[in-house]
Amino acid sequence: MSNRKPETGAFFQRDRQWHPPAYTPEYKTSVVRSPQRALISFDNTLSEITGPVFGHSMLGELDADLIYNYAKPGESAIGQRIIVRGRVVDERGKGVAGALLEFWQANAGGRYRHKREGYLAALDPNFGGCGRTITDDDGYYRFRTVKPGAYPWPNGVNDWRPAHIHFSVFGHGFAQRLITQMYFEGDPMIWNCPIVKSIPDKAAIEQLIAALDMNNTIPMDARAYKFDIVLRGRRSTLFENRMEGN
Amino acid sequence: MVQQLGYLKETPSQTAGPYVHIGCTPNFCEITGVYENDLGISMVNDKTLGERITLRGRVFDGTGTPLRDALLEIWQADSKGLYNSPSELRGTADPNFTGWGRCPTDMETAEYRFETVKPGQVPFKDGRMMAPHVTVWIVARGINIGLQTRVYFDDEKEANDKDPILQRIEHRNRVPTLIAKRDGSSYVFDIYLQGDKETIFFDV
Ligand SMILES: [Fe+2]
Repeated sequence: MSNRKPETGAFFQRDRQWHPPAYTPEYKTSVVRSPQRALISFDNTLSEITGPVFGHSMLGELDADLIYNYAKPGESAIGQRIIVRGRVVDERGKGVAGALLEFWQANAGGRYRHKREGYLAALDPNFGGCGRTITDDDGYYRFRTVKPGAYPWPNGVNDWRPAHIHFSVFGHGFAQRLITQMYFEGDPMIWNCPIVKSIPDKAAIEQLIAALDMNNTIPMDARAYKFDIVLRGRRSTLFENRMEGN
Repeated sequence: MVQQLGYLKETPSQTAGPYVHIGCTPNFCEITGVYENDLGISMVNDKTLGERITLRGRVFDGTGTPLRDALLEIWQADSKGLYNSPSELRGTADPNFTGWGRCPTDMETAEYRFETVKPGQVPFKDGRMMAPHVTVWIVARGINIGLQTRVYFDDEKEANDKDPILQRIEHRNRVPTLIAKRDGSSYVFDIYLQGDKETIFFDV
């Protein structure tokens, strides 16, 4: 990304009909945590156009390998071995180089390593559940993990989360900041989940479902899932009345 | 039929959930040995230019209960008003200041706390100066898409009065929800997700 000219245009307006609204009563916690007044809109200023970027040098050798990054020497996490790979692009289809991705997930039994987590499924002593990576010059990324299990959660009496991996994504501007969740192709639990259903449009939900990718599967080792991520695109600054940087 | 514009749709947001710490601040939730430090816990070092300040506060839900499972990120200019970002073309920001910080609310006290510097002024797109401000992004269980707001400072009245963003807020009685109050070397900025004191959140 270093030899590419940084972009300074404002980001496209966010399509808030595509994202979940703040207030989604089927997901009960949102009821008291959702702003009730209208958001106040304004075009991006430098405060939103700019954003922190992170260098590959911050990454440790095993950051993108959840099977081994918490495991004792010679041991590994239990579960179905998978590779998650994909590309971070913006709404114009341009690859986003140098995007920091952080991910976290439950273990293969559906248990998180967290003091607030009380599910009776066992902890895996070799699985921490966090990882991170930075996209390459064309926006591609990959990491290795175990497929997370589904887990019950206190919402309805019998609500279960479909298997999922949480993603936190940084683009090049703070207005692109995004947290989301990736689901797995073929999981019937997806369509019952109140958190998934906070997204009104079925096509938007489908954008969060990673596809099984047998072509990138490593025979006798790990299956692969493809999960592309789209961040907000930028306007061209060519006809802005005040050229930024001039 | 007309030509297709070909734009993609932004990946939809999903809540950060109750276990956001595992991915974003693993050391904070006792997952140690994976990353040396949690990212964003330190914005300054002993060479950072500008006035050192603490920005702290709590995030309240609609019942008045402070959130003990939220995660906040801030993004701000350095003391001279420059962002530490490749998209900052006006100059080079203080290399000893990251401009970006991340802090979970305390699991007991519910407080967040950033050790930072007072930001300088940054121009609006028409060249007028914006008052010193810090962008804040809040995620948590029950928040479906990250909430964005700004912190302004109560001892910058003159600049605040001329700020192009604050000026456009129709309901003037809501403007104080964006202004942190000085308390010694700290500024206190409490955030109300809903109710009479609901903080102004931005779509930007
Ligand atoms: Fe989860």
